[in-house]
Amino acid sequence: MNYIKSNASVMAAALANGETTSVELTEQHFEQIEKVDGAVHAFLYLDREGAMEQAHAIDTRRSDGEELSPLAGVPLALKDVMTQKGIPTTCGSKMLEGWRPPYDSTVVSRLKDAGIVILGKTNMDEFAMGSSTENSAYGPTHNPWDLTKIPGGSGGGSAAALAAFEAPLAIGTDTGGSIRQPAAVTGTVGVKPTYGGVSRYGLIAFSSSLDQAGPCARTVLDAALLHEVIAGHDERDSTSINQPVPAVVKAAKKLDVKGLKIGVVKELQGEGFQAGVLHRFHEALDLLVEAGAEIVNVSCPSFDYALAAYYLIAPSECSSNLARFDSMRYGIRVGDDGSKSAEEVMNLTRHAGFGPEVKRRIILGTYALSSGFYDAYYGSAQKVRTLLIQDFNSAFAEADVLVSPTSPTTAFPIGQNDNDPLAMYLNDIATIPANMAGIGAMSLPSGLAEEDNLPAGFHIMSPAMKDDLMYQVGGTLEAALLNKWGAPLLSNAPDVVVNS
Amino acid sequence: MTLSFEQAVSRYQPTLGLEVHVELNTASKMFCSCATIFGAEPNTQTCPVCLGMPGALPVVNRKAIESSILIGLALNCSIAPYSRFARKNYFYPDMPKNFQTSQFDEPICVNGFLDVEIDTDEGVQTFRVEIERVHMEEDTGKSLHMGGATGRIHGADYSLLDYNRAGIPLVEIVTKIIPNTGKYAPQVARAYVSQLRDILRSLGVSDVKMEQGSMRCDVNLSISPVGSEKLGTRSETKNVNSLRSVERAVVGEIIRQAGRLDNGERIVQETRHFLEESGQTRPGRSKEEAEDYRYFPEPDLVPVVPESSWIEALRATLPEKPSVRRKRLQEAWAVPDKEMAALVNAELVDVVEATIDCGAEPGRARSWWLGEISRIANEKSVSPVSLITPAQVAEIISLIITGELTDKLARQVIEGVIAGEGSPSEVMEGRGLKVLSDDSALMVAIEAAIAAQPDTAERIRGGNIPAAGALIGAVMKSTGGQADAAKVRELLLKHLGQG
Amino acid sequence: MDEKSTGSAQSGISREDVAHLAKLARIDLNNVELDHLAQELDVILGAVAKVREVAGADVAPTSHPIPVTNVYRDDVVKPSLTPEEALSGAPAQSEDRFKVPQILGEE
Repeated sequence: MNYIKSNASVMAAALANGETTSVELTEQHFEQIEKVDGAVHAFLYLDREGAMEQAHAIDTRRSDGEELSPLAGVPLALKDVMTQKGIPTTCGSKMLEGWRPPYDSTVVSRLKDAGIVILGKTNMDEFAMGSSTENSAYGPTHNPWDLTKIPGGSGGGSAAALAAFEAPLAIGTDTGGSIRQPAAVTGTVGVKPTYGGVSRYGLIAFSSSLDQAGPCARTVLDAALLHEVIAGHDERDSTSINQPVPAVVKAAKKLDVKGLKIGVVKELQGEGFQAGVLHRFHEALDLLVEAGAEIVNVSCPSFDYALAAYYLIAPSECSSNLARFDSMRYGIRVGDDGSKSAEEVMNLTRHAGFGPEVKRRIILGTYALSSGFYDAYYGSAQKVRTLLIQDFNSAFAEADVLVSPTSPTTAFPIGQNDNDPLAMYLNDIATIPANMAGIGAMSLPSGLAEEDNLPAGFHIMSPAMKDDLMYQVGGTLEAALLNKWGAPLLSNAPDVVVNS
Repeated sequence: MTLSFEQAVSRYQPTLGLEVHVELNTASKMFCSCATIFGAEPNTQTCPVCLGMPGALPVVNRKAIESSILIGLALNCSIAPYSRFARKNYFYPDMPKNFQTSQFDEPICVNGFLDVEIDTDEGVQTFRVEIERVHMEEDTGKSLHMGGATGRIHGADYSLLDYNRAGIPLVEIVTKIIPNTGKYAPQVARAYVSQLRDILRSLGVSDVKMEQGSMRCDVNLSISPVGSEKLGTRSETKNVNSLRSVERAVVGEIIRQAGRLDNGERIVQETRHFLEESGQTRPGRSKEEAEDYRYFPEPDLVPVVPESSWIEALRATLPEKPSVRRKRLQEAWAVPDKEMAALVNAELVDVVEATIDCGAEPGRARSWWLGEISRIANEKSVSPVSLITPAQVAEIISLIITGELTDKLARQVIEGVIAGEGSPSEVMEGRGLKVLSDDSALMVAIEAAIAAQPDTAERIRGGNIPAAGALIGAVMKSTGGQADAAKVRELLLKHLGQG
Repeated sequence: MDEKSTGSAQSGISREDVAHLAKLARIDLNNVELDHLAQELDVILGAVAKVREVAGADVAPTSHPIPVTNVYRDDVVKPSLTPEEALSGAPAQSEDRFKVPQILGEE
């Protein structure tokens, strides 16, 4: 049987029952990748050798009777922003073309320890900056629902791989919505854990106080299973939370929201939101009410400033984080003909190695931090952060979780926002507040927007360190929607056809 | 014509500022677990963190925090209840992240002081040097410049980088402006750095070897006309590698700046380098505009909020302040200022105390170390403590007191110990250096001397006591100095009917 | 900062400003890029400047979303990378050291 359209938990059960082997599963997925990735371009690098080795090893250990992790032997796609020892890691940038890290990120170590099979590295907006994966130096990824459309960003590769059945699990990272928005526009599930819930050691930094790695999958339960593999305290990450991982798998299976208060955020569903997206959102709310939840309306006025504050904090931190790319120790080197100084080579390398969006943000960030402007820009943005946290605290006093549509629109055409960075930034308007406050948030499919039959996402935010709540609500909603649709949303996705 | 220092300070008043960087002696680096061994093979003590590799994250070394707090307490600082790390952003190939993780407006210690005593025309005076702040940061890698003729940067074809040193914990100690030192500015600077070094050594937080770079001093200096309220433009002199250089750099800068002002020239605010050979300073690369470091709080690290119980526990481990200890010992030994100063300057206080702890009589302990042992050390251009141990000196002193050695014989024993012939008793054995106390053996020598000088013996019998000297001398000679001269005299005179 | 600004009503960021920032950030930018960036940044800055509206003096800034303090590591040595591993990505190396073009200026 070909398992590529199954969920990870189904694959895991099949492995446990001996109905299939990890080698077989891995081969099936590489076959699918071969079939469709020419059109989708979700992957930047495929590690056939490493993946098959891991698959073999797991199969051997299983047949030896060893007790294995729940997801052992299941394949996964890894966003190319996480270091994997000896495997090319580019962050979607020319700057790191060919770079093979000498160390594993903590996330990768935990994946390997759990016996998960890493198929390869997925495409992304360069250094995680973008909402469409069009900023990748290696060409865009195409949305499997409509190859002319964007798959979201920055983690479009991971989301597209899931939607095109190239992998049942993926890892993404989310700084302003880079897991959740791609999930929304590809009809998949993406989770940003509470900040500090998953180690950032080996996560190539974009904006240190906002970045967070998280699980991506086709179902809420799959995401929960993966969440429990990668989350947890890491002594290599000083910002890592030193507390037990919330019981997200248990929560995902609960399928009950009786008595829960669902807070609808006034500021996150007005102007600029596509009608079809809003319709699916409200239908989902109705289902939650049917399941026993109560809707409350909340207002978070400071959310109106969240986008602006984000586009000061993130570029500021990134201007500093990306300073290390200077050609001296790793990465490409341009212009070293023996006549130039180190400084000149740095300038030339950074000009050649960084794309326009990255340059834009570095310059913006340098400005926001510079002497005389710090208070007005970076300093003020950090104050907005305080206000956002206060608003969230007030809202969570009235509701258990907060909800909104994940993204204002469905997937837009590749090339649409080429000349309008500001328009591009508006895609993150609903997802950014959660990063700024550090709380957990997830997106799961709410349905297809009627205008274009493209997926929309339902966005759930839970209080810091209470990630289980969003899984509880997400799991319940997913079941209700499945019941309504009769089949998973992705079964509506067209089969990707590669034009030869 | 160059001004003299005296001329310069007669017309201008100097204002000093001193920044000292101290490399802590922690086993591992500030933000990672790499070793910190000096002189290791290149790039053998590096990891993703201290190499600034993509994705790497810092984790603070607890011992470095403790050392910083200890330094702050020893310098009478307040320990900040809340302090943070900050990024200091600038590009330089020896800085792996192209920012230095340091501290900016929230340093760990603030507002302390160190009193230094210097010898002035009016006697010993105390200057209080106020400390602005003590903060933590990380060291950079080391670059070797290759290809150019002199090995200096200009004209070099390429550079080679070793990051073993990158990430080693540094503590920066910054003084407030030190005004009103007048012509004593050089001594105050030197005394401050010297005392600071003593304190750091006594805390055990660094090996403070200026010549190895584990303690580095930058001298900030400005001058203004005597009587003027306004401060002058300051220069910053780096590369000051010894106490003597600190003093000379201050002198050199005062003279240079005074000369310029006398000529109607401006002082440029710049970084200068100290040149050991000439004692002068030369300008570093001029920067067109001041560097904008774009400081912001380090997002990869969390605030340092030391509990007062932790601080008090550390405070309880503070050793006695070197200056307090010196005063206490001076009183205990009852030595005058001048002798104490001599001991301090010769850096012999510790070893003298150790010798006394081994049971030696204090006065003799001091005089042997300051006298004979220092003399030999100066001859050999080594430090006295490298020649002989306190225990050995104490042993020799006790042998003198029991009469088994005379001072003269003791000097020979010291010589033997230094030459590596063994312990004092082994040297005595080996060289046969023991005071002859056996009366019958002495009588043999005495009788031989009398027999050799019968006329002298007659004179002594006749009452000419002073003439005994010649015979005593002869006995001393024939016994190789091992006879106890006083005993010989006693026996001789008795024998000749005069005792 | 310079008041001149190409084609924007706001007294925001000029081409000279961008050139200065590019120097601080060590990125070579050609004239076309400088102009383009100045325009784009001007627009973006206009949009983000609204943060000042709510950033009152009584609001404390937050740099860490989740309040954690005092995270430390014991002073224990652990194995480093080998020089080969450390240098594995180096564009140029010599004698176990990273080889870089001539560094002008001293620190």
